[in-house]
Amino acid sequence: MNNESKLDTVKGAALTNQKSTKVSHSVSFLNKKKWKEAGLFTLFVGPVLLAFILIVLIPFFTGIYYAFTDWNGVTGSVKWVGLDNFKYLFTEDKQFQTSFILTTKYTVVAIILTNLIGFGLALLVAQKLKTKNVLRTVFFMPNLIGGLILGFIWQFIFVKGFASIGQLTGISVFELAWLGDAKTAFWGIVIVSVWQGAGYIMIIYIAALQNVPQELIEAARIDGANRFQVLRHITMPLVAPAVTICLFLTTASSFKVFDANLSLTNGGPFKSTEMLALNIYTEAFVNNRYGIGEAKALIFFIVVAAITVLQVTISKKKEVES
Amino acid sequence: MGNRYTWRTSIVEILALLLGLVFLVPFYYVISNSLKPFAEILTNTSALPKVLMFDNYVNAFEKLNFLTVFKNSLIITIGSNIVLVIFCSMAAYMLVRTKKKISNIIFMTFVAAMIIPFQSLMIPLIKTAGNLGLLNSMWGLVFMYLGFGSGMTIFLYHGFIKGIPLELEEAAIIDGCTRFGVFWRIVFPLLKPITVTIVILNSLWIWNDFLLPSLVLQDPELRTIPLATFFFFGQYTKQWDLALAALVIGIIPLLIFFFTMQKHIIQGITSGSIK
Repeated sequence: MNNESKLDTVKGAALTNQKSTKVSHSVSFLNKKKWKEAGLFTLFVGPVLLAFILIVLIPFFTGIYYAFTDWNGVTGSVKWVGLDNFKYLFTEDKQFQTSFILTTKYTVVAIILTNLIGFGLALLVAQKLKTKNVLRTVFFMPNLIGGLILGFIWQFIFVKGFASIGQLTGISVFELAWLGDAKTAFWGIVIVSVWQGAGYIMIIYIAALQNVPQELIEAARIDGANRFQVLRHITMPLVAPAVTICLFLTTASSFKVFDANLSLTNGGPFKSTEMLALNIYTEAFVNNRYGIGEAKALIFFIVVAAITVLQVTISKKKEVES
Repeated sequence: MGNRYTWRTSIVEILALLLGLVFLVPFYYVISNSLKPFAEILTNTSALPKVLMFDNYVNAFEKLNFLTVFKNSLIITIGSNIVLVIFCSMAAYMLVRTKKKISNIIFMTFVAAMIIPFQSLMIPLIKTAGNLGLLNSMWGLVFMYLGFGSGMTIFLYHGFIKGIPLELEEAAIIDGCTRFGVFWRIVFPLLKPITVTIVILNSLWIWNDFLLPSLVLQDPELRTIPLATFFFFGQYTKQWDLALAALVIGIIPLLIFFFTMQKHIIQGITSGSIK
């Protein structure tokens, strides 16, 4: 219990025992104190709460309203159209459906690869290597750079670098026009995001691996367990909480991928690699169909929120178990 | 597993180094080609430059208007960090120390709103921001970062402040210090470790952010580094000599930041993600 509210109750008790002449004076004193507290509370919490309400809450709730209108952002008229936008998305808007499926596919692939490679890198640099600090830095470095610039870097690699490697080595994979074909362009985005994300995930796994007691591993080794058995039966169960964290971190970030998508392929060729976030952006700011854009954004929000709620429930459950 | 450096470890080491080189290959291509004339980029993409040529850099530096762009990124990142640290630490402190229902409701709202993806509110945001006069202004953008960053920043401060004992503050209040003074003189200095984490996480996010500034800042004079890079690439498509130099210029500030703050960055990411 907070000591100030305790003070209040003590005062309140004292108040009832006091003679009536003093009561009015004490009440005004209490009121004054309450006002002062409320004022302090407003002073401390108010500024950021104001920014939060104006920048996050109001746009979020008006956005939900706009999802049910035909708002186009240009003309002033906003007409309520009920569920028409959603009906349109699920029956007519093939691009949205393709984007949705593509984003799901991309998310699954990116989660698996980022975590496998991230975990592998963590295992690698957790060994007693002479260059482990340098290696950590190297693996982590792509993560510093924002998705936009990374996408541009890889655009050059796919267009010029790969062609050159293909010419020099004759390996056919490098001779493909990676960004010119829907399938390889998809894998292009995957490669960029894995290259960026693996180092970040590695850092979290390293922290988890460092918490595995060395004695436990040594004891198992003495008992005759081989390296793989140690990994499977000792290390893996002990880093399981970190795996949960990493899985959901990558899920959320993959599902929301935008920057690398924009700079690497810009949704091309022919919108075949347009992920959801880019699809929403194009609908709103290129096609100027704000109402439909908002309907998409609402669906997007529901999916992201569902993933996050699932994450919180699972990690809470794990905490109780352990 | 002994501490000896065995032949097995050395093989792992060589493999790890090779993998490290693979990770660096994109950087090699971008940097080595940024030092070549255009024709050489097309004919000899994989080779090292025959002569080091810095013309591309001089050119890109000017065309990017890099000094202005860099200054804008710096003002926006530093400004946002300052308001985020000041107002979120104050708010988190009050929310922890005021044991009332309203504190809990406010805190939960901040945390819950962290779920909302940016795309879900950007369309009405631009309209609201237009009405409030926040568009096309760096301070408007800073105000928006205060709104968007508040959830995570308050969440991290809140968790940290809960672990700070009340006794210190009580003693200071008895000595006649005001609540405001107690917070700034006694509590805030204790928050330093979490403040470092918060500043690093927010800096990397704000410095690299593209979508929000692209919607808010229309005036070319106000562009940040990611924005300038984006428009530069659009304008000089396939002019790789200029484009690559521009990319390298855009990355350099980040690398400097990373190498000076490496230890804090790694720690910050570890503690930020686990919470």
